[in-house]
Amino acid sequence: MSDITLTINGREVKANRGMTVLEAAQAADIYIPTLCHYPDLEPYGGCRLCLVEIEKMRGLPTACTTPAADGMVVTTGSAAIDSVRHASLELILTTHPCDCLECHRRHRCGPYDVCLRHVAVTDRCVTCPANEDCELQQVVDYVGVHKLRIPRDTRPREIDASNPFFTIDRNRCILCARCVRACQEITCIGTIDMSYRGYAMKVSTFGDLPLIETDCGSCGECMVRCPVGAMFPKDIIRPEREVRTVCTYCGVGCSMYLGVKDGKITGVRGVREGPVNHGRLCVKGRFGIAEFVNHPDRLTTPLIRKNGRFEEASWEEALDLVVARLGKYRGDEVAVISSAKSTNEDNYVMQKLARAVLGTNNVDHCARL
Amino acid sequence: MAGLATSFGSGAMTNSIADINEAACVLAIGTNTTQAHPIIGMNLRSAVKKGKTKLIVANPLEIGLVRDAEIWLRHRAGTDVVLLMGLMKVIVDEGLADEKFIRERGENFDAFKDSLRHYPLDLVEKVTGVPGAKVVAAARLYATSHPAAILYTMGITQHTHGTDNVMAIANLAMLTGNIGKPGSGVNPLRGQNNVQGACDMGALPNVYSGYQSVADPRVKEKFETAWGAALNPTPGKTLTEIMPLAHEGKIKAIYLMGENPSLSDPDASHVREAMQRLDFFVVQDIFLSETARLADVVLPAASFAEKDGTFTNTERRVQRVRKAIEPVGDSRPDWWITCQIAKRMGAKGFDFESPAQIMAEIARLTPSYGGISFDRLEKESLQWPCPTPEHPGTAILHTELFSRGKGHFVALDYKPPAELPDAEYPLVLTTDRSLFHYHTGTMTRKVKGLNLFRKEELVAINPGDAAGLGIADGEMVRVVSRRGRVTAKARLTEASPPGTIAMTFHFAESPTNELTNPAFDPVAKTPELKVAAVRVEKAERAAVATG
Repeated sequence: MSDITLTINGREVKANRGMTVLEAAQAADIYIPTLCHYPDLEPYGGCRLCLVEIEKMRGLPTACTTPAADGMVVTTGSAAIDSVRHASLELILTTHPCDCLECHRRHRCGPYDVCLRHVAVTDRCVTCPANEDCELQQVVDYVGVHKLRIPRDTRPREIDASNPFFTIDRNRCILCARCVRACQEITCIGTIDMSYRGYAMKVSTFGDLPLIETDCGSCGECMVRCPVGAMFPKDIIRPEREVRTVCTYCGVGCSMYLGVKDGKITGVRGVREGPVNHGRLCVKGRFGIAEFVNHPDRLTTPLIRKNGRFEEASWEEALDLVVARLGKYRGDEVAVISSAKSTNEDNYVMQKLARAVLGTNNVDHCARL
Repeated sequence: MAGLATSFGSGAMTNSIADINEAACVLAIGTNTTQAHPIIGMNLRSAVKKGKTKLIVANPLEIGLVRDAEIWLRHRAGTDVVLLMGLMKVIVDEGLADEKFIRERGENFDAFKDSLRHYPLDLVEKVTGVPGAKVVAAARLYATSHPAAILYTMGITQHTHGTDNVMAIANLAMLTGNIGKPGSGVNPLRGQNNVQGACDMGALPNVYSGYQSVADPRVKEKFETAWGAALNPTPGKTLTEIMPLAHEGKIKAIYLMGENPSLSDPDASHVREAMQRLDFFVVQDIFLSETARLADVVLPAASFAEKDGTFTNTERRVQRVRKAIEPVGDSRPDWWITCQIAKRMGAKGFDFESPAQIMAEIARLTPSYGGISFDRLEKESLQWPCPTPEHPGTAILHTELFSRGKGHFVALDYKPPAELPDAEYPLVLTTDRSLFHYHTGTMTRKVKGLNLFRKEELVAINPGDAAGLGIADGEMVRVVSRRGRVTAKARLTEASPPGTIAMTFHFAESPTNELTNPAFDPVAKTPELKVAAVRVEKAERAAVATG
C-alpha cells in the first residue's frame, strides 16, 4: 500500500499517495499540533497550528492542506515554526476561557475538586464539560503557552441551549469550524455556518435562529467533533466502561458503544470502526436510547390479568399459566407473532416453538408494516 | 420481498450500503430515507454533494431528498407501475437498454418488451401526473449513468399491487444491466433493526430459517430430524391474515413478542377487537404497550442493552449485540422466556444456555448462515450468504447468476389502488415517518427530548386543500375514512400535493392506522398503507392530549 517515502524530522516515513503531510506524520506517530483537522472532514487549514517547514517550499505551509510527496523533507518544529505557532495559539486563546489552561495545579485537580486559589468558583476549570478531554489543553501543553501577551476578549457570547440534547456555548468556541464542516460534509444539511466577520465571527444558523427552530436534525455530529467544550451534551455522566453493540432503532445497523455506570446506560458513542456508520449516529441512536432503557415504565415483573386488572406475578406462576392455557391450542387455532426488534436468536426459538411445539406455521412479524 | 423472489430468486438488498457512494445515479423511489434511515440518507447526500452521484427522487411527497435531486418525479400515490413502465419504454425506444445483459442473464424479455406498448408517454403523463419530458429525462439519466442503483422502501411495497411495483423495479435494473456490480442493484431498505433477521430466521409463515420452504418435503424432513418433532407442511397465515381470523374466532390464542399491532396494523380498531376476542393472549415486551394492555399475561422482556445476540441489518450484515447491563427488575431475555415455555410444554431441543448456542443451531440448519458463529462475530461482521466458516461473506448478490438462474422479466398491468378518492372521501391518505420517532413510539415517546422536536401527530395537507376546507395551520382536524376517525393537528405544507395528505403512526393519541386500508397484495400480503381514501373536516374542539 505504501507507495511514497518522505523524511519527517530526519526519519524516513512511508505513506500512501493522496495523504497529506499531516496524515503521513500521524500514521508514523509523529505529533503535529492541530485543532481544526478531523479525520473524516476535508482539509481546512484554519487554525494555523500544523505549520511545518518543507525543503524547497517557501514559507511555513500547513501540514493538513499540503499533499505528501515522494522525497519530501519535512521539519515539524523549529524556532520559526514555534514563534508563529505560539502567536497563532495565543490569538485562539484570547477568546477562550483560559483558567483551565494556565493554572499550574490543573493536573493535580480531580474532576470535582473545588479550586479556591486561583479563580472564582463559578469559573473554575472543572466546570468545562471538556475538562481532561480537551484538545486545546493538549495543544497548549505541547506548544507551551503559559501567559498571554495579548489582552483577553472577555465579552460574553451567546449560549444556545434550545436543543434538548446538546448546548452551544460560544464563550468557549475557538472557530475551528469542525462543527460547521461536519454539518455540511457529513450530514450535508448545512444548518450551521460561520457568520459575521472579524471579532464578531461566530457559528450560527440561518437568520441566527435558536437551533431548535431550524432544520437541524439533532444528530450531534457537530458536537462530537468539537475539540473544546463549546458543544457538549446536556447529560454528561462519565461511564465506568463502554460496551460495543448495534443500535436498536432502524435497519441500518450502526455500531455504537453503550456507556455504563452503576448498572445504567449513561450515553451512546458511535464506533469509528463500525462497518456501516463509521462513527456517525442519528438523533435517535445518539440521544434516544439511555432514557427508554432506564425508563421507570419498563416492565419489571410478569403480569397476570385477574378480574380485568393486571396483578404482579412470579415467573413460575406466569409461565405455568402460559403453558396451561397456550398449550391447549394446536395448529390452525394458534398463532405466534415474532418481532423485528428482537435478536436473530429470539426469532429463531420463537418460530421453532410455533412449528415444533405448537404445530403451526402461523408465525409472522411486522415485516410488511 | 415476494416480488424480488419472482424476479431474482431471493428477496433482499442486492448490494451494500457503502456501495451507494459508487453509484453514478441513484433512483430513490417510495423512500424517505433521510427520515427513516438517517445514516443512509447522510451517505446519499454526501455522494450527491461530492458530485459523483446524480439523484432521481420519485415520491408524491416533497421529502427532504428532493432538494438534493437532479430530477423529482412527483407521481400520484399508487401509480408506480405506470411510472416505472413508462421509464422503461423510453429506455427501450431510445435504444438505451443493455442488450448484452438482457441476452445473457435475462429471460421472458420479449413478452415484457411487448407489454411496454401499453405505456405510451401521454398515458404515463395522464395517470402519474408527471410531465412527459421529466419521465424522458429521468429515463435517460438512469439508463446512461453507470452504475445506477435503485433504493426503495414501503412506498413501493405497501400497496395492493406492491409485488408488481417491486417486479417493475427489478425489470428496470435488469433492463439497464444494473445488477451484480458495485454501485448498482435493487435495494429495499429495511425499516427495523432486525426485520431482515426476523425474516432470515423463518419468522414467516411459509419458510424456515434461510428461506427454506415449509412445503418442501426434503426441508421438512431435515428439520424434523434436527428438531425431533413432526412438522406441518402447510404454509401458515401472515399477520395481516391472522388478525381477521382472530376476529372470526378461528384463531383462539396468540403468543406475541415485541410488536404493537394496536397501532402498527391497518384498520387498527378492528385489530384491537380481534385481539380482545382471543381466548388467550400472551404479550412479551419491554413496556406495557397499547397491545400488551389487551393481554391475559404480560411477560417482561430485557431490552437490547441487556442481552447478547445478533441483529441482521438491511444489507444482510450479521452483527453482534452485546449485553451492557443486567436486565431491569425481573425481566428476562426473549429467547430465555420462549425456551422456558417450550421446555415446560415438554418439548425437547430448547436447552439453550446462551444465544451463541442458538446461533450454532441456526448455522447448522441454515445454509446462508452456515459460516456464522459468535466466535467469528467477535472480530468481524458478516454479510450472508456465508455458507462456511472460511467464507468471507457476500457484499453483492447475483454477480454471475441470479439465485433462480436467469433474471425473470415480468410483463405488468397497472392496477389502481384498492380504494380511490370519491365524493365522500375526496383525499388520499398516505403514511410516512418522522426522524424523531420510531414506528409506534413505544421507545421514542419515552424520550423527552425527542418529544420536544415532535410531540404530536400532524396532518400534512396542501394549503390549497386546506383553504377549500377553511382549515388554518395548527388547527385541530378530524380525518375520517370508511374505517375510523382520528383527530390531529393540521400542518399546511406544499410538501403534500393537492389531494393527498400525509400522517405518521407514531402517536397513540392519534392512531392513524384506524384509517388505513387493510386490503393487501395477493402475493406478499402487504397492506395498502400508502393509499386510503379519507376526508378532512374541522374538529369542533381539541380532543387530543399533547405532550
